[in-house]
Amino acid sequence: MGQIILEKVSKTFGDVEVIPPLDLTIQDGEFTVFVGPSGCGKSTLLRLIAGLEDMTSGTLKIDGVDATHVPPAKRGLAMVFQSYALYPHMSVRKNIAFPMRMAGVDKAEQDRRIEQAAAALNLTDYLERRPGQLSGGQRQRVAIGRAIVREPEAFLFDEPLSNLDAALRVGMRLEISELHKRLETTMIYVTHDQVEAMTMADKIVVLRAGFIEQVGSPLELYHKPRNSFVAGFIGSPKMNLIEGPEAAKHDAHSIGIRPEHIDVTDSDGLWQGKVAVAEHLGSDTFFHVHGTGLGETLTVRATGELGYKHGDTIHLTPRADQIHRFDASGLRME
Amino acid sequence: MARSVTTQRKIINTAAAWGIGFLIFFPILWTILTSFKTEATAIADPPVFLAFDWTLENYEVVLERSNYARFLWNSVFIAGGSTLLGLIIAIPAAWSMAFVPSRRTKDILLWMLSTKMLPAVGVLYPIYLIFIKMGLLDSRIGLTVVLMLINLPIIVWMLYTYFREIPGEILEASRMDGATLKDEILYVLTPMAVPGIASTLLLNFILAWNEAFWTLNLTAAKAAPLTAFIASYSSPEGLFYAKLSAASTMAIAPILILGWFSQKQLVRGLTFGAVK
Repeated sequence: MGQIILEKVSKTFGDVEVIPPLDLTIQDGEFTVFVGPSGCGKSTLLRLIAGLEDMTSGTLKIDGVDATHVPPAKRGLAMVFQSYALYPHMSVRKNIAFPMRMAGVDKAEQDRRIEQAAAALNLTDYLERRPGQLSGGQRQRVAIGRAIVREPEAFLFDEPLSNLDAALRVGMRLEISELHKRLETTMIYVTHDQVEAMTMADKIVVLRAGFIEQVGSPLELYHKPRNSFVAGFIGSPKMNLIEGPEAAKHDAHSIGIRPEHIDVTDSDGLWQGKVAVAEHLGSDTFFHVHGTGLGETLTVRATGELGYKHGDTIHLTPRADQIHRFDASGLRME
Repeated sequence: MARSVTTQRKIINTAAAWGIGFLIFFPILWTILTSFKTEATAIADPPVFLAFDWTLENYEVVLERSNYARFLWNSVFIAGGSTLLGLIIAIPAAWSMAFVPSRRTKDILLWMLSTKMLPAVGVLYPIYLIFIKMGLLDSRIGLTVVLMLINLPIIVWMLYTYFREIPGEILEASRMDGATLKDEILYVLTPMAVPGIASTLLLNFILAWNEAFWTLNLTAAKAAPLTAFIASYSSPEGLFYAKLSAASTMAIAPILILGWFSQKQLVRGLTFGAVK
């Protein structure tokens, strides 16, 4: 069991309020991702749950038990750090064994769990090495192994993949997702990468300046962003936000249209503009279009290969049913 | 672009390094050589380098005249005691400053270091009076405490810089892994900090061993360490260079040997943990 409930939890550092009082419930077995730009308080929130920071006010319940003043060691949570935080003076085996040693698990059981974790994480051949002799991906696997063997109530991940190169990141992302499917344990995952959030999460919590902007499934956030911030943050490339007369036509302060919801034609479009940059990815083509009279660069995503290049004039038509409307305070209008 | 080093350059650099090294070591070498000369050869003009009649006479006289063992024991007691006492106080201090810093931590560190800028003689009078009042004059305990206080800022600074090198996340990881404060210190922090603690210990032992201002001013006969042993050969009956050199050699020999065997740790200590 690993239900985590935050009630009126807040954190201030000196005079700075990093997290204003917030409420959040994370269900047992859920994969929750905290996402937001850097400095939004997502790591602080995770550290409050871990117990590595003290809350300024509010209560935290783990499985219905008040854990607000329980030290991190006693919360039954396992954490994987961005820097891996392995013990450099211990072998991989000893690193993985450490939490069990602290918990007083008997030796035979320790060995059994280490072998099991090592087999699942492809670490069997590296058990006697020191962390310094491993690659970044292997170190991250050791950190995950160290978390798994304690059989925690919940796993906490603090940007675990941001030190890895792109290819490895995709691979580890899948491994962590698979691990979650297999263990069915609650996981809280902090990232600034919305692609990680979209691909891994059951539930995404979007944070800005300590405030929760929206909580929902990846597709809820994609289809119904609560405000223009979430609209711009979720989805890649970013949603186009347009203000002015074009928005007024829709009785809104601003309208948002995702790049993939704009059709490109040679003629007869609603808007027209000049291609500034064309990015050819093979599967898709991204156009950054200037001179549409809509105020800023418009990003368009077309499926497949389209031959337009720098300087070409193209015609664009947004799909009417995919236009998001926002009021002056940025809130979604239905 | 890598700088290419020619063989010729390498030879010049090596020769220069040896030359400078020799220059620095020369006074010590000269002292050691002089200790094996007769008083007459010691002051010969022009000076004799190696071609003289080597004699152990000075050592015999010095050993006969002074109780070397007692001075040695006092030095070991004072240097060792002040270093250990300093570590006991400095470890928790550096620990808290490195891992739970406050807004004033940097100021406190600088303030502590600023006490080293004061000329020692500036506080001689008050400390002397305190020692008289407390009956600590010429006592090993009193001297141990004073030397500990003198070196404490350096001990704290060194340990602080070493502890700062230990990533906080590793300590947090151990807490998440269920380690109590005791486990954290015993199994994670100390093994990682051992090289730093060792070099701090060595450097401070040497500093305390060589300290001459307080050891000369606050001792007479009972608590006098090797610095006083050397000084006792420098004046009363005029200068006897050979005997003075013999006494000096005997005083520096233990620390020289200790330093030789712990060079690696010391270099790390002297760079204040800046070089790995």
